[in-house]
Amino acid sequence: MSGTYLGMPPFPAAAREAVRDEVLRGNLRRATHTIRDKRARAVAELADWDRLRAAGKAVKDHTLRHLDHYLLQLEEAVTAAGGTVHWAADADEANRIVTELVRATGEREVVKVKSMATQEIGLNEALEAAGIAAYETDLAELIVQLGHDRPSHILVPAIHRNRAEIRDIFRAEMGDWGRPAPASLGDDPRELAEAARLHLREKFLRAKVAVSGANFMVAETGTMVVLESEGNGRMCLTLPETLISVVGIEKVVPTFRDLEIFLQTLPRSSTAERMNPYTTMWTGVTDGDGPAAFHLVLLDNGRTDTLADETGRQALRCIRCSACLNVCPVYERAGGHAYGSVYPGPIGAILSPQLRGTGSEIDASLPYASTLCGACYEVCPVAIDIPEVLVHLRERVAQGGPVTRDGIRVTLRPADGHTAERAAMRAARLLLDHPGALRAGERLLARARRLAPRRLPGAGRAWTDSRELPTVAAQSFRDWWARERSTPR
Amino acid sequence: MRAALFVTCVNDALYPRTGIAVVRLLERLGVGVDFPAAQSCCGQPQYNTGYRYETEPLMRRTARAFAKHAYVVTPSGSCAAMIREHYPRIGRKAAAEGRGSELADAAAALAPRVYELTEFLVDVLGVTDVGAYFPHTVTYHPSCHGLRGLGLGDRPRRLLAEVKGLDLVELPGAEECCGFGGTFAVKNPDVSTAMGTDKITAAAGTGAQVLCGADNSCLAHLDGLLRRADSPMRALHLAEILAATEGEPLP
Repeated sequence: MSGTYLGMPPFPAAAREAVRDEVLRGNLRRATHTIRDKRARAVAELADWDRLRAAGKAVKDHTLRHLDHYLLQLEEAVTAAGGTVHWAADADEANRIVTELVRATGEREVVKVKSMATQEIGLNEALEAAGIAAYETDLAELIVQLGHDRPSHILVPAIHRNRAEIRDIFRAEMGDWGRPAPASLGDDPRELAEAARLHLREKFLRAKVAVSGANFMVAETGTMVVLESEGNGRMCLTLPETLISVVGIEKVVPTFRDLEIFLQTLPRSSTAERMNPYTTMWTGVTDGDGPAAFHLVLLDNGRTDTLADETGRQALRCIRCSACLNVCPVYERAGGHAYGSVYPGPIGAILSPQLRGTGSEIDASLPYASTLCGACYEVCPVAIDIPEVLVHLRERVAQGGPVTRDGIRVTLRPADGHTAERAAMRAARLLLDHPGALRAGERLLARARRLAPRRLPGAGRAWTDSRELPTVAAQSFRDWWARERSTPR
Repeated sequence: MRAALFVTCVNDALYPRTGIAVVRLLERLGVGVDFPAAQSCCGQPQYNTGYRYETEPLMRRTARAFAKHAYVVTPSGSCAAMIREHYPRIGRKAAAEGRGSELADAAAALAPRVYELTEFLVDVLGVTDVGAYFPHTVTYHPSCHGLRGLGLGDRPRRLLAEVKGLDLVELPGAEECCGFGGTFAVKNPDVSTAMGTDKITAAAGTGAQVLCGADNSCLAHLDGLLRRADSPMRALHLAEILAATEGEPLP
């Protein structure tokens, strides 16, 4: 995965800043609550939602189990339809392939369809280093790009911004990238959309090369599928002469018929729409219609290693709907940037430490960025048991264990910084596994209860900084029972 | 009928009143209560923090302590979910790691006999009116593991609705996590506190005098915030409300 975010502070430190930012918390609260309520209504309309969810899970699991087969079938179908398939093992290789493909066209700029895969590999930065300008055309991505900002949500990358902030960004920045915003621009959504439309229109009409991702790839036909709301994606997918799509290998589905499931579950889960306004499908190239050259870059970047993990592999079922972000109470307070990845929220907390490994501080802290409340699992349209994977990854961080890196099975040692915790867990277990000692400990605690300080030192401070400690009872339940009930009344 | 009480380590050491309330309540309903002294912690804090191997001895101990009881009742949705949902998972992992089927067997033998208190009352005893009296305005926070892990549904609310004198008011955003989350409360104190503060603010907005829950761990977090804020509202376990009667009010 891209190094863009590495070197980030661990989640608790990054979240601390966000929690204190009242504007950010207000923006996030409003946005996530609106969309979660709408989503719940859109899902409730379907009587067979549970079956659609189970079917989506089953199709994804089947495909992942036979991924090698379906990828080869896909390659064959794309090639037969006049496209060219490239295989990229990691971010660097994918960036190199795309850069060379753009260079070969002689162009110095590309328009982009919103894509998580290209965000993941840091493609814009790689192109920029090669002297190629990449213009984001999704409205929210445009806001992020113009604001020299980072996306903070999978579906709504600028969710952390309110209208006034967006107006200021448009006014200050649009002129440097192309058509400037009108000087009188207000913060009415229609005005903002019109400014973006005029700014982007120029780019669509000029562009010779487009870069996209895909929501799905159909193995049997070699068809790519993009779902979107604005139509800007379709402009990119149909107008330019060359189209380069960078897609994670887990996005393949076996047959065209399988789309039936996801075209129902994805829009409802993500934007709470019965159907998204634009679904664009393309199969290779067609004379006189759409791009004359089509390149598909199949991206691994940690996915095969993730697939090797029995518990963690379910994260690859993800269809990037972002429903888990919108219901997550932790995401709502911490904001997307705290997760240190293009994949924030609950899915990011299980995807990033698998794709990137748990070596960095931020990645080792992500599995703990959850209360395990289960709301994410409940809304997930492909039934990823996110809490289960979180606990599994916590185990990897705290205890170490087997993991696959670059196709090789290695045994991880426990991460640094867990020594004291591990000792405490062991001590607690020794006490808890000896009820006699436990009872003595409880008595000691009860006797010392008057001495309990209001604020604790060390790790306990994290509790007492904001909360009172529970009052210790004069006698434990065990002692009460021994006195009151152990002799028959 | 006889049932064994799994009081949980948090209740044993910090909230014995909850355990005592369960005993009084069940005895009042004609259930004989056993308290196997060999019981301890279910191992959830260890498991959820990533120490699965530290969990296994406690899992064995819990299974052994309750081996003879047809009904094991616990006043904690979280600990009940640990046994029902995660014990089988831990057993399967131990077997997959080539350490035999002993843990999986222990989990399979114990899990179906464990009931969270409101499940036991509503599903096994078939009662919602337990003869309680509690003349206060109460709002109920359904803790996540009971709500989503066990699927307790409206059982707690149905029990509270039958309590004489009790005025039950709905908690806005009730199904949202309070921010406790076990070690989350100390590993991510800022987010935890922000979530808890939103929860007690919502509770205060209902005008309730009592914030009721069925998990003392969540309540310890919420009560800690309430007391730090000098709020007149108090957090109280559901069992203590159900145990209270006109003759024997809450001690």
